[in-house]
Amino acid sequence: MPTIWFCVVAVMVAVYVVLDGFDLGAGILHPFLAKTDAERRAVLASIGPVWDGNEVWLLAGGGTLYFAFPALYAAGFSGFYLPLMMVLWLLILRGISIEFRNHIDSPVWQPLWDAVFCGASALLAIFFGAALGNVVRGVPLDASGYFFLPLWTDFSTGRNAGILDWYTVLVAVAAFLALAEHGALWIAYKTQGELERRARRAAANLWWGVLVLVVLITLASFSIQPHLKESFGLRPWGYVFPLVAVLGLSMMKLFSGLRGFLGSSVFLTGMLTSVVFGVYPLVLPSNGDPALSLTIDNAAAAPYGLSVGLIWFIPGIALAASYFIYTYRSFAGKVGPQ
Amino acid sequence: MDALTVHRLHFAFTVTFHYLFPQLTMGLALLIVVLKTMALRTGDEHYHRAARFWAKIFAINFAVGVVTGIPMEFQFGTNWARFSKAAGGVIGQTLAMEGVFSFFMESSFLGLFLWGEKRLSPRAHWVSAFLVFAGSWLSGFFIVATDAWMQHPTGYLLAPDGRILLESLWGLLLNPWLFWQYLHNMIAAVVTASFVMASVGAFYLLSRIHEPFGRTFVRTGVIAGTICSLLMLFPTGDQQGKNIAFQQPVTLAAMEGLFQTVNGAPLAIIGQPDMDQRRLDNPLTVPRALSFLTYRRWEAEVKGLDAFPPDTWPDNIPLLYYSYHIMVGLGTIFIAVMVLAAIQLARGAIYTSRPILWTLMLALPFPYIATTAGWITAEVGRQPWLIYGILRTAEGTSARVASGSALFTLIGFMGIYTVLGILFLFLVHREIDHGPEEA
Repeated sequence: MPTIWFCVVAVMVAVYVVLDGFDLGAGILHPFLAKTDAERRAVLASIGPVWDGNEVWLLAGGGTLYFAFPALYAAGFSGFYLPLMMVLWLLILRGISIEFRNHIDSPVWQPLWDAVFCGASALLAIFFGAALGNVVRGVPLDASGYFFLPLWTDFSTGRNAGILDWYTVLVAVAAFLALAEHGALWIAYKTQGELERRARRAAANLWWGVLVLVVLITLASFSIQPHLKESFGLRPWGYVFPLVAVLGLSMMKLFSGLRGFLGSSVFLTGMLTSVVFGVYPLVLPSNGDPALSLTIDNAAAAPYGLSVGLIWFIPGIALAASYFIYTYRSFAGKVGPQ
Repeated sequence: MDALTVHRLHFAFTVTFHYLFPQLTMGLALLIVVLKTMALRTGDEHYHRAARFWAKIFAINFAVGVVTGIPMEFQFGTNWARFSKAAGGVIGQTLAMEGVFSFFMESSFLGLFLWGEKRLSPRAHWVSAFLVFAGSWLSGFFIVATDAWMQHPTGYLLAPDGRILLESLWGLLLNPWLFWQYLHNMIAAVVTASFVMASVGAFYLLSRIHEPFGRTFVRTGVIAGTICSLLMLFPTGDQQGKNIAFQQPVTLAAMEGLFQTVNGAPLAIIGQPDMDQRRLDNPLTVPRALSFLTYRRWEAEVKGLDAFPPDTWPDNIPLLYYSYHIMVGLGTIFIAVMVLAAIQLARGAIYTSRPILWTLMLALPFPYIATTAGWITAEVGRQPWLIYGILRTAEGTSARVASGSALFTLIGFMGIYTVLGILFLFLVHREIDHGPEEA
């Protein structure tokens, strides 16, 4: 039963990254791709009806994590206290920059919110990448199952590591580039004219950066977290996940438009599932004594709660998926001139 | 400051600020459905415009509500880790259900409602407004269910390792505490929205601008406000009082400032709790009324604080006493204002009655104050417990988050929320100033 919920949470996180990822990426790139106010409005119109729903996957994923793995929620959120609070502040700034920008037509008001939107989106991509890096590297869990990490120490990955070390920074850069690419492909898919051409060009250039970083973080991850090699050795069928990522990466290179964007979605899903497959059955590795790691068993809620949860979760998430399909269909196609 | 105090202030500040926004949007969602229904039934463009105007106010409030709401869910883990680890298997259920059942519905259909009027048929647009309302009320249900469980835990088992395990999902969702608390809270949201709508309408009428809309807003606000102000007192407020009297008797004594157990207990209207002398200073009381209201018998015994060990008393009795009295006092005034306005409305005199219009216009902040005071009563009244009778507040914090870190982020939130509050007022003021007329 904990394994089922592990997969559910992993899928929800992947959906969150794919969906909110494109509006984060669009936020990162829009000041550079969209030159006129009309073009910026077109970018915002392409994400306006959906960004809030995309972000709900973070909340719903967080809620699901909370009830399925309370000990992980408690340890992870209090241990990453400072960066998580900064993520909250960035989410606040980003949300209001999208919602408030178009209320006032002014050469002072709009560039201000464009800058906030871009900066907050970029930092969020970096923070999420660093968070993922921390989960792979492991944290200094104590005997009571908690930890507290400083933001940085000496940037080495040892027992004394901070939230930022060379490895987590590398993952952060990779996340930043991958989401920027994802956003570029979204903009190319949803807009037209000069804006679409610039977005395509940006996506083509960013692709090489993504490729280099993917190779680097793959090598680095296997070298600092031996558990990954164990997982893939124990269950070789898991190589399907990295293959999915490679498939997505090649789709991004070969296609543009909807298929390019889907390629990027496949790529992000493949990368994330590779990571969670490699970490399983741990949910938060200890970077000291391996016995202190949080696993799906010692972090899970009691069996009754997990089974009853499945009864409401399946119809609930099916309903949610149907709203998403309906919304995305209602706003399908390219956004018109703004 | 010790870490416990900072963690408590952190949650209190962020949740108080956050709830200024959902209390309007949950109530306003219902009133927008009313306006959209009128538009659909009469085919009158006037009501479509009125709905579009309130949709803009709604959208600004909703955006601030969403961005200030995310930190609430996260804080359970960041600042209250020991509580989360112990109780996450129970209240995680309701919080996850909120995400899965209501947030998806609310956010998807809000996107359609705000961005899709041209793409959807009028009927489909009405449905999207209705589902935004349904989603937001469902969201309120799961949050109040979470709080109700902390006030009066049901459907759980205690494990030997200190964890609190869910025993029955229905026990959690059909908590007897929940029903009246939910209705009391949701109807309060409609009261807030009614006062806001009536206040904007009164402002238009007194300013002699957008007068047709001013009349619609005053009429809608006063009708909904009258019904809901009355429902706040009876039955929801009365029943919620009984919940407290029977399940948290020490909280009742503290709320009422009743230090000594007596037969025929008086109801304090005003007075200041004196914690050193253990008495109410300068009291103005209605003799025996507390006994009657609680037990329907004038001579019934009501237990005072002296009947309970001091380590089970709420830790800030004066704050609890004042917030409770402010809530009840304002609630009473709301009934008076709304009933008077409704009488003038029935006589057809309200649109020219300047005293009523001035009162409605200036009443705007008070439902926010009453609702906030009500929640302070509920939360301070539950102290010293985080989960009533099971887990003390002091035992729920994140042990590894030092008070300095928590203070740093509390100050950060104060700064961001100040900016957010100013921007919010600025934008809402612009929308009200611009009015519902379209260019």
